[in-house]
Amino acid sequence: MTGDSNGRKHIFDDPKNVKRVLRGLYVACGLVFLADIANLVIVWMGGHELRHAERTWEGLPGFYSIYGFVACVILVLIAKEMRKVLMRDEDYYDR
Amino acid sequence: MIGSLPPGAVMILGALLVPLLRGRLQRAYVLALPLLGFAYFYGIGEGTFGQVPLFTYELTLVRIDGLSRLFGYLFHLAAFIGLVFSLKSSKGSLEFVAALVYAGAAVGAVMAGDLITLFVFWEILAISSVFLVWARGTERAYRSGMRYLLIQVGSGVLLLAGILIHASETGSIAFGHLGVGSLGRDLIFIAFGIKCAFPLLHNWLTDAYAEATVGGAVFLSAFTTKVAVYSLARGFAGTEALVFVGATMAAFPIFFAVIENDLRRVLAYSMINQIGFMVVGVGIGTELALNGTISHAFNDVLFKGLLFMSMGAVLYRTGRMNGSDLGGLYKSMPKTAVLCMVGAASISAFPLFSGFVSKSMVMTAALEGGYDVVWLLLLFASAGVFHHAGIKIPFFAFFAHDSGIRCKEAPRSMLIAMTIAAVLCVFNGTFPNAFLYRMLPFPVEYVPYTMGHVITQLQILFFSALAFTWLKLSGLYPPELRSTNLDAEWVYRRALPRMFGALGHAGAAAYQRLVGGTVETVRGVVGSVYRHHGPEGLWGRTWSTGTTVLWVAILLTAYLVVYYLR
Repeated sequence: MTGDSNGRKHIFDDPKNVKRVLRGLYVACGLVFLADIANLVIVWMGGHELRHAERTWEGLPGFYSIYGFVACVILVLIAKEMRKVLMRDEDYYDR
Repeated sequence: MIGSLPPGAVMILGALLVPLLRGRLQRAYVLALPLLGFAYFYGIGEGTFGQVPLFTYELTLVRIDGLSRLFGYLFHLAAFIGLVFSLKSSKGSLEFVAALVYAGAAVGAVMAGDLITLFVFWEILAISSVFLVWARGTERAYRSGMRYLLIQVGSGVLLLAGILIHASETGSIAFGHLGVGSLGRDLIFIAFGIKCAFPLLHNWLTDAYAEATVGGAVFLSAFTTKVAVYSLARGFAGTEALVFVGATMAAFPIFFAVIENDLRRVLAYSMINQIGFMVVGVGIGTELALNGTISHAFNDVLFKGLLFMSMGAVLYRTGRMNGSDLGGLYKSMPKTAVLCMVGAASISAFPLFSGFVSKSMVMTAALEGGYDVVWLLLLFASAGVFHHAGIKIPFFAFFAHDSGIRCKEAPRSMLIAMTIAAVLCVFNGTFPNAFLYRMLPFPVEYVPYTMGHVITQLQILFFSALAFTWLKLSGLYPPELRSTNLDAEWVYRRALPRMFGALGHAGAAAYQRLVGGTVETVRGVVGSVYRHHGPEGLWGRTWSTGTTVLWVAILLTAYLVVYYLR
């Protein structure tokens, strides 16, 4: 990517910074996922649970992580299919 | 008597003087009105005031209690923030007047102690708010406003009909718990439902909010639907159907939000999604659920207002609102971008931001009430809202591919308004006990900041972001396209007009045939008479004496022949 018309470089003009943001996200995902594993270990060792589950299925390790990921993928894929049926020209109602 | 003047009247009556003032004085006066209104509202305290007899009924113009109090704070605050934001974008006094009357009507409606007073403010809400759409001045906005007005007034008509039936049945016009189950109360329920954007009745919102003026959309997002949520909470708490209506509202708009190009329309869909959470809370009807509904309504006005303001600022500076045209604006409008992300984090319910402390109350109440499937739907909606409002809005406006648009940062007054909203989002999210939880109708035992809640919420959010990243990088994510997506509004914007058009066409054709046939017959008769008897016709000719004699001779001969043959 190029800089501004007056030559100023902006933070995401440098692909390295984009990579840094992505790496940050991956690390964050890894950490919060590990929290569930840590919870398992702690409970197994007889310690106090990190997170209390109202329902057993909701307490399964990785439940929220997987649910969040799968929900978003399904959401986008269904929405994409919806376009085939619902999408019209921008001036559809004006004609 | 103090208090008998409804607090909403301060802004409504005050608005009438706005056109007489100009320039700086006008702006100062406009900003002073919500502050004055708030001071008056704060001063009269709790209680019921303004009992006025009307025929055999008694109106209660003002009722301030645990349920309406927080809305009083909220609507004065929202009016002030919205007015600060509109100082620069508002053209002339019309927008100020409309916004002030609209805000005043919202205050009046939530403080109405009886159904007639509610109806009056309900109609003022409808009529004043449409000018915020019309003030845009385009043909599209005019038509959109017309549709909006028809639906809003329709809601008012249903409300009035419901009130009349209810009053004649029970002899009471009190606005307390109603519950469904009789014709009158069902009509009132549907009237509230229209303003609340129930599924299939929701398109007035996505239609008009995207066509409104830069500042108009901010006001619109604050008042109408929140008055409706309040009214449902007052009249229909614990109506179980609302749990399922709300869950539908939370889930279905996010699909539309993903493929919608107009970013303010994305926000409108996302608004229905947030109202869905509130409606679920009303349906569950427990103290925790209602606290969740009310606190989420409060937070929603602030973060949704903030998001509408940030998009309004973009529209004001660039003149564009389509995701397909925008991108890379963080270079030109870095402050607006950061403020937008605060709104995005709040609506997505990141820890320390306001959505975190209110949305989870409704969800916890759903699980406690045994609505496991609804809870899963709400969790899906939570992931979805982060996806379309939390990521899509800031991403396609301020980042994504560089659209090459270079503009100025948002005007100072807009930045101030957005900053106020952003600070309050963080304040409510970080210190919920300082103000928000203390103002709720029921005592709060709920603790939002537990290790488990923070961890699970971060898991949902980070992995939703991961899904977005993966879809985007792999090219699976649907691109922003200039388009219109069909929704329930298709029925009244295309199918019905076409059907009536076709019916009219067929009717016209039949009429044509009928009339045409008659005309043809008459014309035929006249034509044949003319042909035979007209100036050129056989029977119309003047015959010469010889021809006549010949014809007479022929006739006489024929006569003779016939005579002899007999």
